[in-house]
Amino acid sequence: MLRTIRIILAALTFTAITLLFLDFTGATHAFLGWLAKIQLLPAILSANVVVIVALVLLTLIFGRIYCSIICPLGIMQDIIAWAGKRGKKKNRFKYSYSKPKTALRVVMLVVMVIAVALGISAITALLAPYSAYGRIASSFFAPIYALVNNLFAAIAERAGSYAFYPTEVWGKALSVVIVAGVTLVALAILAWRNGRTYCSTICPVGTVLGFLAKYSLFKPVIDTEKCTKCTLCERGCKAACIDSKNHEIDRSRCVACMDCISICTHDAIHYKPVRFGVKKAKAATATAETSAPKASEAAPKADTGRRAFLTAAGLLAVTAAEAKVKRGLRKTAGGRVTFRDNPAPESYITPPGSGSHLNMHKHCIACQLCVQACPNNVLVPSDRPDRFMQPELRYNDTYCRPECTACSEVCPTGAISKITKEQKSSIQIGHAVWHPELCLAATEGVHCHSCSRHCPAGAITMVDFQTADGAQARVPAVDTAKCIGCGACQALCPARPQSAIRVEGHENHHII
Amino acid sequence: MSNINRRDFLKGLSLATAGAAMTAGGIDLRAQDAPQSAGKMEYRTSRTGDRVSLLGYGCMRMPTVDGTRNGAVDMDAQMRLIDYAIEHGVNYFDTAPVYTGGKSEGIMGQCLSRHPRDKYFIATKMSNAWGDFSFAASKKMYLNSFKELKTDYIDYYLLHAVGASIESFNQRFLENGLLEFLLKEREAGRIRNLGWSFHGTKECFDYVVSLHEKYNWDFAQIQHNYLDWNHASGRNVNSSYLYGELAGRDIPMTVMEPLRGGALANVPEKVSKKLLERRPTDSIARWAFRFAGSQPKILSVLSGMTYMEHLQDNIATYSNFEPCSEQELELLERIAREMVEFPLIECTGCNYCMPCKYGVDIPGEFAHYNKCVKEDLMPLSSGDKEYRKLRRAFLVGYDRSVPALAQASRCISCGECTSHCPQDIKIPAQMRRIDNFVENLKQGREF
Repeated sequence: MLRTIRIILAALTFTAITLLFLDFTGATHAFLGWLAKIQLLPAILSANVVVIVALVLLTLIFGRIYCSIICPLGIMQDIIAWAGKRGKKKNRFKYSYSKPKTALRVVMLVVMVIAVALGISAITALLAPYSAYGRIASSFFAPIYALVNNLFAAIAERAGSYAFYPTEVWGKALSVVIVAGVTLVALAILAWRNGRTYCSTICPVGTVLGFLAKYSLFKPVIDTEKCTKCTLCERGCKAACIDSKNHEIDRSRCVACMDCISICTHDAIHYKPVRFGVKKAKAATATAETSAPKASEAAPKADTGRRAFLTAAGLLAVTAAEAKVKRGLRKTAGGRVTFRDNPAPESYITPPGSGSHLNMHKHCIACQLCVQACPNNVLVPSDRPDRFMQPELRYNDTYCRPECTACSEVCPTGAISKITKEQKSSIQIGHAVWHPELCLAATEGVHCHSCSRHCPAGAITMVDFQTADGAQARVPAVDTAKCIGCGACQALCPARPQSAIRVEGHENHHII
Repeated sequence: MSNINRRDFLKGLSLATAGAAMTAGGIDLRAQDAPQSAGKMEYRTSRTGDRVSLLGYGCMRMPTVDGTRNGAVDMDAQMRLIDYAIEHGVNYFDTAPVYTGGKSEGIMGQCLSRHPRDKYFIATKMSNAWGDFSFAASKKMYLNSFKELKTDYIDYYLLHAVGASIESFNQRFLENGLLEFLLKEREAGRIRNLGWSFHGTKECFDYVVSLHEKYNWDFAQIQHNYLDWNHASGRNVNSSYLYGELAGRDIPMTVMEPLRGGALANVPEKVSKKLLERRPTDSIARWAFRFAGSQPKILSVLSGMTYMEHLQDNIATYSNFEPCSEQELELLERIAREMVEFPLIECTGCNYCMPCKYGVDIPGEFAHYNKCVKEDLMPLSSGDKEYRKLRRAFLVGYDRSVPALAQASRCISCGECTSHCPQDIKIPAQMRRIDNFVENLKQGREF
């Protein structure tokens, strides 16, 4: 029963979150967008206290149920593991208990905390389970969805219907596809063979939640009187956390999947509330019964877990404080604060709502949700090593359109804060620079005012100009105080291969 | 009802000349064939208390003997029309010294003087814009109107065609002292209502309206129809604005161009289809006449009727008058937008304009636009009931018909294609129009 509920909930969230990455029309975000925002790491990065408290409470009550019904990467591994268990009976009970890899877990968590604190975004992005799933979904599932959609679009076009329209099929950057591919293959092998290995050893979110889960109210408990030590539960546990001989369940790894409860033929495992005192007494007796080294191992584990938890809490506080300070700066100094230590390369442009290059850099975990959501295909994953896979704006033939705020609506981590259309129209993310040597009006005397006519901010005026051969021409002049850096001029400039007017990104966005 | 009709007819017969009576049998039959015409003419009350028929008779064009536009006036036919009109309750006759090659006043004098003077109102104008606007010449024109019209008072006297500029208004009426004179004539009762007819700029309109406090205009004449209501072309002003300003000052209005030069009697097929679907037995022109009379401050709608069937149709329209309902006004507004803002582009797809240096698929653009206009897939306004559906259809269809990089936004208005177009389409201007429209849709702007 409990297992069935878990599977139904998992199926629902998995489908819904996957849909977020597949749906290019933006329709699902309105009512499913919250699913990305309740992921733990995005919640921490965006200092979403409500979600964090709720998830902590959830874990303190039910254990690592988050990993079973909320985390899409966890659910994906469950699906792969389930596929790997099908067939012969031998396959169905192929797992076995393994000792906790505490050292590895702590190291990974520390690496993660350091990466977030220092803003080594590539590492954060690689380790974050939600963003790993996001990349897999957007690189491999989305193209399939797009292909099917395009098939429907072709049929619709023949039938004269406007229900479907074609979309871009392939991923927007090879680097992301490669990273996602490696992640998927590695996870698939691990999950197929051993179930939740990644969650029990590497995943930093799992480690944090595992620490909390140890003190959870509800937990699976083996009834020693009914248990015949048949080991069925142990061999069926994808988290390898049931030590059936000793009637021990490692709650820091248990993801509350309830599999063992339905597997047990003697009704010896129950998921029920266990009060602290009782648990402690029991644990004490259990450890006393078992071998001595086990007890000594348990102590440092708890200790490191606590440390990890405190670090995470500290990180959260730092993020929250930082967000506050930044908001203050934007208001008081008009955003003209320069971060000397982090100079941006030429024309690195982050989308409106991201506040600054630094904010994007520190908060983005490269889940690709915004990249998938961008209807104009201007938001693409960066190849720059220090911004690896984080989104940046590239204006080639398209630009950041005035009516669109899709990326700001979907971002779960606070890398791109939610903005309205009106706010967007006054956020300066860069400014246009005119390159006379490329401009058709300046070089060939073409009567062209494409840039000034299409500028949504009215920042470009046409002025008199004398060409090299002495002819009079009208060329664009940019009022950089009005320019918001949307790239309309650049995208619609007829000069090719390179536009004669191009946007240079600003490190700090500000309201004009 | 048919009894009343017959009585009316017999009364008319007694007044008509013998020659007219010979052919009047035909009128009788037609009158019976058109039962809608039975009923009471709609009257509106002027500031001086006149009960003016909502259908007014415009006397610029008259039936001709040879049927051509500028031929000699067929006096018999004209008298028959005027008699018939008076018999059916029409009592407002609008002429001017410059109408019908200068003959209109004289002819109307002949036609009207056969009826009791209290049966009709005469409107004529100070048409001094067409020549000498000295006081002497203007006064001569004024006095001549009395002679031509065989009357010793004029019910409605208009300063003809004001609005070109404030300067010309001042020259024509103020600096020469003419208006002073006309005001005195009003006091003396030889002019019963003093007003003006307007064509021109908003600035000048506002100026003349502002003079109301000083001169107390009795009425004004404006161009008013469902196209001009919100979509006035060229240097005209939206009649919704004119109406609002005048009605706000309690100045009643007479209406000229209710069919906008005939355009609203002969509309594109897709428009007429919509109107006929709504009211299958109504003429297309009746919609325009009903619209022009639907606003309460309209005193009279002038129609230059040269054919008996037009006169009869109009009498039927304004007898037991039925103003346009809210839904009908909405429909007409939609149609107006369609006619004024979304005209078809006469592209034949000859491809002479191609290739465009900047990659624009010019015939493809026009084909998509025309398809949407023709098939009624155009979201005419952001308030459209089906706006979302139509918007989607237009944008999705746009991407299907024209690749993104060949769309109107890529046109730089270099104009090199224009000279190649055998249809003389102003291609860059049309591209900008389409691009703006697409931007309206994409950005969800109100339009």
